[in-house]
Amino acid sequence: MTTHAIRRPTRKDEAWRYADFGALDQHWPESADHWREIEVGAGETACETLVMPNEAGPVSAVERLRIHIADHARFELYAIAARGHYARLEIEAHVGEGAHFEFGGAIIGAGASTNEFVMDVRHLKPGGTSNQTVRAIMADKAVGSFLGGVHVARDAQRIDGSQSAKAMLLDRGATANLKPQLEIYADDVKCAHGATVGELDRQALFYMASRGIPPELAERLILQTFVAEAFAALTADEAREALEAEALAMLEGMK
Amino acid sequence: MLKIENLTATVGDKQIINGLTLDLPAGEVHAIMGPNGSGKSTLSYALAGRDGYEVTAGSALLDGEDLLDMEPHERSAAGLYLGLQYPVEIPGVSNLTFLRTAINAQREGRGEDAVSAGDFMRAIRGEAEAFDLSMDHMKRGVNVGFSGGEKKRNEMIQMAMIQPKCAILDETDSGLDIDALRVVADGINRMRDPKRSFLLITHYQRLLDYVQPDKVHVLKGGQIVKTGGPELAHELEREGYDTVTAPELAGAA
Repeated sequence: MTTHAIRRPTRKDEAWRYADFGALDQHWPESADHWREIEVGAGETACETLVMPNEAGPVSAVERLRIHIADHARFELYAIAARGHYARLEIEAHVGEGAHFEFGGAIIGAGASTNEFVMDVRHLKPGGTSNQTVRAIMADKAVGSFLGGVHVARDAQRIDGSQSAKAMLLDRGATANLKPQLEIYADDVKCAHGATVGELDRQALFYMASRGIPPELAERLILQTFVAEAFAALTADEAREALEAEALAMLEGMK
Repeated sequence: MLKIENLTATVGDKQIINGLTLDLPAGEVHAIMGPNGSGKSTLSYALAGRDGYEVTAGSALLDGEDLLDMEPHERSAAGLYLGLQYPVEIPGVSNLTFLRTAINAQREGRGEDAVSAGDFMRAIRGEAEAFDLSMDHMKRGVNVGFSGGEKKRNEMIQMAMIQPKCAILDETDSGLDIDALRVVADGINRMRDPKRSFLLITHYQRLLDYVQPDKVHVLKGGQIVKTGGPELAHELEREGYDTVTAPELAGAA
């Protein structure tokens, strides 16, 4: 049964802190106050990709997914958020016993856009694993956010949850908010997280130039490999390459 | 091949190269030796066009072409190669992708066809073996997880693959053990060619025991203060820079 947020969220709600409320007005309550439910049955494996591309006009998108991963099941989700105005992908994942949740997300933001991933991964049973990899490339005055919550319940022992979030800022006005958040009530748990915000490495660019690689190409190569890390866990070559190609096209569209 | 005249270069507001003149003819190997802070690396960066190394006067021609008028990648495509003292790590970009992209960008700049995947792989297998690195190294991110010596040998692999007209090797010998030094020296000797020249920037005469230079220059205070044959390297090693470049001896060589 779908539960409804009766109250419209405000900036005071942690999960909505960086949201674009102006854009959200167009989405509330129809799509924004609606959760799409995904069920992955016991022992099953499922994979989904979700691309929120930059289309013409001031369009935005809000996607909220509630994912139930039954015992010993596996669910992988790979997403690109690159809206020109606002995109929000919000995930609430319930990870069963011995189950795995994989999330790989790329944010490619330009202009004055806001793109965000808001994750709430809930390990309520023992032996589950989750892994989240987010790469954000931000240009102009764009804002990219990753609120990565991992919750481990008291009886959920032997959980292994990891998060890696990295952002690259191409312009001074760009912003990245990377917030890994662990909430752990069990004691036999392994959770690793890392978040870094950086810029294009000038030394690497010079090194590449000194070998004859023009600056545009060098930059593209660095960004392309950076963003591809978000999809590295996707083992199906065709699907992974398709996402990489989408991301590359968006990077090229950014210039 | 490489003709540097009266070159002056600054880093920030500090003048490091003070009217340096050097003529490196095709087919020759020259060594530049000098104490710390004499401007060796600044010279190589200024020639390669690194940001922050500004040439304020003088000229540098490669095969008659004005290097200083080109962007760094154009200098490379024109045939200049700089082996870095501290090679850079580029995580995520494999050595194979890096080199193939570089070679094809240079070829495109010269209006040539791209190298085929097969030819490229054959060539790099050979060079990796020659410089004692594995193909596993080549598949990894550029210089990522490489030891100091492996990074220097990787600079040599890149040079051998790119086949430049003129290679400046900035302290490629530093941090190498004797075996690696021989591997590097063999590589340079193998690539010696009447149409190619080398400028070896080094602190020690050790490398020059294996690679016989045509000339040795002493760089001090941003200028070439003395030039001699290979014996000058030994003299420097024995006597030190101060003695060898003392004013009363400077004219004697």
